[in-house]
Amino acid sequence: MRRQARRSWLLVTAIVAAAVLAFGPAGAKTGADEDKAPGRKLAQNAVMAPGGRWTTVDHSKLEALQKDFATPEEVTVACLSCHTQAADQIHHTIHWTWICDNCSSEAPMGKYGRTINNFCIAVPSNEPRCTSCHIGYGWKDKNFDFKANNKIDCLVCHDTTHTYEKYPAGAGNPVKEPTVFPESGKTYEPPDYKKIVGKVGKPDRINCGTCHFYGGGGDAVKHGDLDSSMAMPKKSLDVHMDAEGQNFACQRCHTTKNHHIAGRLYTTPAAPERISLTEADLASKIACESCHSAAPHKTDVKSNDHTDKVACQACHIPQFARIIPTKMVWDWSTAGQKNAEGKPFKKDGPLGKPSYDSKKGDFVWEKNVVPEYRWFNGAMSHKLITDVIDPSDVVALNQPVGSPDDPKSRIMPFKVHRGKQPYDSVQKTMVIPNLFGGKDSDAYWVKYDWKKAIEAGMAYVDLPFSGEFGFVSTEYYYPTTHMVAPREQVVRCEECHSPAGRLKDLPGVYIPGRDVSAAVTGLGFTASGLALLGVLGHGALRFISRKKREGRS
Amino acid sequence: MSTPENTTTNGRRSFYLYTRYERFWHWFQALLIMLLLLTGFEVHGSISLLGFERAVTVHNFLGLTWLIAFAFFVFWVFTTGEWKQYVPTTKMMFEVMAYYGYGIFAGQPHPCPKRPDAKHNPLQRMTYLSLAAVLLPFQMVTGLLYYLYNSWAEMGITGLSLEVVAVAHLIGAFAILLFLIVHVYMTTTGHTLFAHIKAMFTGVEEVEHASEVADWEKKTPA
Repeated sequence: MRRQARRSWLLVTAIVAAAVLAFGPAGAKTGADEDKAPGRKLAQNAVMAPGGRWTTVDHSKLEALQKDFATPEEVTVACLSCHTQAADQIHHTIHWTWICDNCSSEAPMGKYGRTINNFCIAVPSNEPRCTSCHIGYGWKDKNFDFKANNKIDCLVCHDTTHTYEKYPAGAGNPVKEPTVFPESGKTYEPPDYKKIVGKVGKPDRINCGTCHFYGGGGDAVKHGDLDSSMAMPKKSLDVHMDAEGQNFACQRCHTTKNHHIAGRLYTTPAAPERISLTEADLASKIACESCHSAAPHKTDVKSNDHTDKVACQACHIPQFARIIPTKMVWDWSTAGQKNAEGKPFKKDGPLGKPSYDSKKGDFVWEKNVVPEYRWFNGAMSHKLITDVIDPSDVVALNQPVGSPDDPKSRIMPFKVHRGKQPYDSVQKTMVIPNLFGGKDSDAYWVKYDWKKAIEAGMAYVDLPFSGEFGFVSTEYYYPTTHMVAPREQVVRCEECHSPAGRLKDLPGVYIPGRDVSAAVTGLGFTASGLALLGVLGHGALRFISRKKREGRS
Repeated sequence: MSTPENTTTNGRRSFYLYTRYERFWHWFQALLIMLLLLTGFEVHGSISLLGFERAVTVHNFLGLTWLIAFAFFVFWVFTTGEWKQYVPTTKMMFEVMAYYGYGIFAGQPHPCPKRPDAKHNPLQRMTYLSLAAVLLPFQMVTGLLYYLYNSWAEMGITGLSLEVVAVAHLIGAFAILLFLIVHVYMTTTGHTLFAHIKAMFTGVEEVEHASEVADWEKKTPA
């Protein structure tokens, strides 16, 4: 009887021990079934069926479009003959004005406002080159008529044939004759308007990418998470835009209303509230939580505990620029060198990208970049060109707004583009140089004279320039939000929960595994070591005294 | 309860001292504490064994297990009257300390040898009371607070920072580690190196020198 009881005790102990040891591996279940929900499948089939566009119009049969268009403006007039509200809508968008509405009462903000970046610095005085990415025709200087209806470029967004191209230095105009762009050697062909207008439709990733993949003057230069690899990405690059899977268009998240496209990032958050679509089916901008909820992890409760402080992107975009290298450093201060023949030159660097260009200075490109993390409430604060700066320090031309104490702020990944660029060393303000211009202009890329270039740029925007300039270190932040990786590639816990991890410099939060409380830990291990020495010494003394006693007896 | 008591061939007295539950509890808690220390120091970033994520999962599971198991211990200690073995006293305290500081080297007998009705010497009473009534509950409370960090707002806990809780929990962990080191060493001070450890498995303690038990030492004073 007693032996039996003892055996059952053994059994209980064994079961408890087994449960303890087995818990870890048993913790992770796969969530594969969730992808097989029947409603989800039906919805996908309905949207993705061939010819399943929810439209009742075949543009190739419209009378207004049965003509040979000589100019793109004629196309626009034809479009507006049916789409009566479109021009007015477009005229009120930031895509048209390049000024952020209601962002600041102090000064206009936006590409054409008083804000600058550390790529090609600013648009004013450089229009013909920059405005090749404007949704309009002929914005060649500040006298552009922003009220003109026929100057709207409908095709750059709505061309589904992907044959429509604007000339890179043509102020937004396509070419009339086949033209070679000297910088790249590429020949630009006049668009076949009749073919294109017959197939206009909703923009896809390639339309948006025409500009947004090439910001900063080339593929992958600016964002790090937006480049031509995102036109037809694999699932490993972006789980949502996966061309063979969910195939999200940009507007799936950047919701669109009257040609206003959600997502611009200046002083107000793109998505003011983090709510689910079940709470508000007309959210102004689709964020991760709109579909995934605030508790998206089914099998891992601890990950769900992070969603109040950590943005989804922080873990789910482990690196950006995973296929095409992105520009990380741009040093304008070394621009202007000439080769033996006295000509500007380019130097090839690692990763198949230039490391020097006489027109622009030194570059550093990186691939598979680990983002930097900052507290972020969805808004950015921008330095104005008129703001006084401290040239002894790095000048943040824009900065994420947020703090650890703000319940709306979360830890967000960023690409930080660092650079050196000219500033007014007497007024201690940033400057706008005129970079691009005709042969007789003072543009930097013509005369390679910074002083003249800055004078020309600042005069163009009616701002003072002392005549003295230097170069100051700057940084520019881009939130990393595209290139969402499959769950297998998610950032592992210890990449942040460790002293030298991704969050090693993030202030205002206690992170287990990172914050080691060095004093307490040091004291604790010292005391433990001393205790160990103490008991070992005590034991040694016992051993010796026993030997002595045994020797005596 | 009658306790079998025998005199062994070599003159030592042996008697059944630790009940089955007590032994189970001792070893179960020992295992929990050692695994909690290991996984805890991994979560803290001091060592690397299972990887952070698994260390957290295992630590949380063990911690909650400990909390539940401890409730059974509390029940046991009160219903059996064993709590009386934990009532602190200063009587003979000095003698016991003097024994470990000097007498043990001189081959003197322990001033308070274990008896069936007097499990703990005064030093042990003080130590185990501090442990069971203060340190371990402190560690459980700080650990539970740490575990429930994300629910503090719902629970109405304000004005507490995670850092304070984490550092308190860390200090508790070091205190337990210190106890563990000394405790393991003390098990070697029986009549053989492993005598006490053996007793904690079999329940039968062998004591070298028979001596009378004073009334105050008895579990149930006469």
